[in-house]
Amino acid sequence: MTGPNRIVVVGAGAAGLTAAEALRNRGYDGTLTLIGDEQHLPYDRPPLSKQILAGTWEPDRIALRGNDPLAKLDADLLLGRSAVGLDMATRQVLLGGGDRIDFDGLVIATGVTPRSLPGADIAGIHLLRTLDDALSLRAHLLDGPAVVVVGAGFLGAEVAAVARGMSLDVTLIDPQPVPMYRQFGHRIGELVGRLHTDHGVSLRCGTGVRRFLGAAGRVIGVELTDGSSMDADLVVVAVGAAPAIDWLAGSGLPLGNGVECDTHCQVAPGIYAAGDIASWHNNHFDTRMRLEHRMNATEQAMAAAGNLLGADRPFAPVPYFWTDQYDARIQAYGIFPADAEITVLHGQPTSRKFVAGYGHHGTMVGVLGWNSPRELRTLRQLVVDRTPWPPQASVSATAIAS
Amino acid sequence: MRVIIDQDKCVASGQCVLAAAGVFDQRDEDGIVVLLNDNPPAELHEDVRQAAAVCPALAITVEES
Ligand SMILES: Cc1cc2nc3c(=O)[nH]c(=O)nc-3n(C[C@H](O)[C@H](O)[C@H](O)COP(=O)(O)OP(=O)(O)OC[C@H]3O[C@@H](n4cnc5c(N)ncnc54)[C@H](O)[C@@H]3O)c2cc1C
Ligand code: SF4
Repeated sequence: MTGPNRIVVVGAGAAGLTAAEALRNRGYDGTLTLIGDEQHLPYDRPPLSKQILAGTWEPDRIALRGNDPLAKLDADLLLGRSAVGLDMATRQVLLGGGDRIDFDGLVIATGVTPRSLPGADIAGIHLLRTLDDALSLRAHLLDGPAVVVVGAGFLGAEVAAVARGMSLDVTLIDPQPVPMYRQFGHRIGELVGRLHTDHGVSLRCGTGVRRFLGAAGRVIGVELTDGSSMDADLVVVAVGAAPAIDWLAGSGLPLGNGVECDTHCQVAPGIYAAGDIASWHNNHFDTRMRLEHRMNATEQAMAAAGNLLGADRPFAPVPYFWTDQYDARIQAYGIFPADAEITVLHGQPTSRKFVAGYGHHGTMVGVLGWNSPRELRTLRQLVVDRTPWPPQASVSATAIAS
Repeated sequence: MRVIIDQDKCVASGQCVLAAAGVFDQRDEDGIVVLLNDNPPAELHEDVRQAAAVCPALAITVEES
């Protein structure tokens, strides 16, 4: 069997670029086309809601690669071009404008698109996904507006933290009982909530947005489902994102919550997916998942590229995620099911320096660290080892000492 | 091989230590990367390349000589 020699990668973010690079590193020397609909050279997203929004970094610091590595890729980099369709019969990617690109290997890495809310199409309401979004949001924050952030997931929480760092009035709204509830559950969410109120955020949990109030085409306030309302000069909607699968509609590929891959990130023979768009069966946890985590974009792209070239290795990582809010660095390894049990493994939540373990069906499936990077890295092993749950009291001390 | 780290970009993920413990460590107080050896021996080169590739903050640069 000969391997592919016309590979197309669609999506030029972290996953797409890493896949392209990994193909070359593994010795692939056929033609390589990398297609991305943004005009910018590939860049990194996590700093957008942190250093870029806060203005502490210039945009050139977030380039994913310098010019040298990009040139060494020896790829056709088609930027500012959208894939609009996939023809499985002819094995072609269709581009806006009518071009068709042949492939015998394909990596799908088009990420996600932020969700909006009804009535959010008036001036003063922002979404945050791209560099342009971040620069525009920063420019408007500099005007000193009263800010309402809708959605207290990690993205909304980070934006609220940056806006407070600029001494703005900030209200953070979420229909869930505490911030980051869906990600990490009640106990951690409560601590995140306290972190924000301690820093002067007005936190409104357990209530959602009923409608945006506008005047002359601009937002002037927000009405909540509990009947209350508040003034706002600027609103950030951070209510999650949906996989960018529109261009694959009708292709015959299995689409659901993202592009549905097998254990090896394969969607169909010769076709793989990676990054925020890809759902796959992770053997380590014996469950299907789709992650919107920076680390996963890299790891999954490397795995997909390897398997496209015949490596035949299941992708079964212990996922890693982090978020930075004020002086809190929250890091997590593993998965955090809604019905997981939680216990403190190290340190004290009240001192805002601790590691918590998450147990599910008798196994430790996740560890979360709050300003404890070294201890967390060590305790990650408990998840790798599928440590029985509840853990013995000595287990974390032993792991940290080793 | 020469290894360069950018502590300002580092997000303290520890991925580099998992990949190449002899070359990278993390500061006690905040987990930021410290470089133990900026010119690692050949047998560690593959691990170091892996560390640079997986670093989620793009904080590790490897110059191949
Ligand atoms: C503001 C922000 C902060 C974040 N902070 C963190 C963090 O602190 N920690 C963490 O773990 N994760 C964080 N993330 C998540 C992380 O950045 C993502 O998981 C990662 O960027 C996913 O990479 P990707 O390549 O799969 O998708 P993307 O980076 O979205 O790349 C996909 C690319 O494909 C393009 N595209 C889409 N459709 C098409 C098409 N039809 N044709 C051509 N191109 C197309 C898109 O425009 C985009 O450029 C953050 C994300 C954001 C937005
Ligand atoms: S992998 Fe990168 S971000 Fe993580 S500790 Fe090492 S240098 Fe820092």
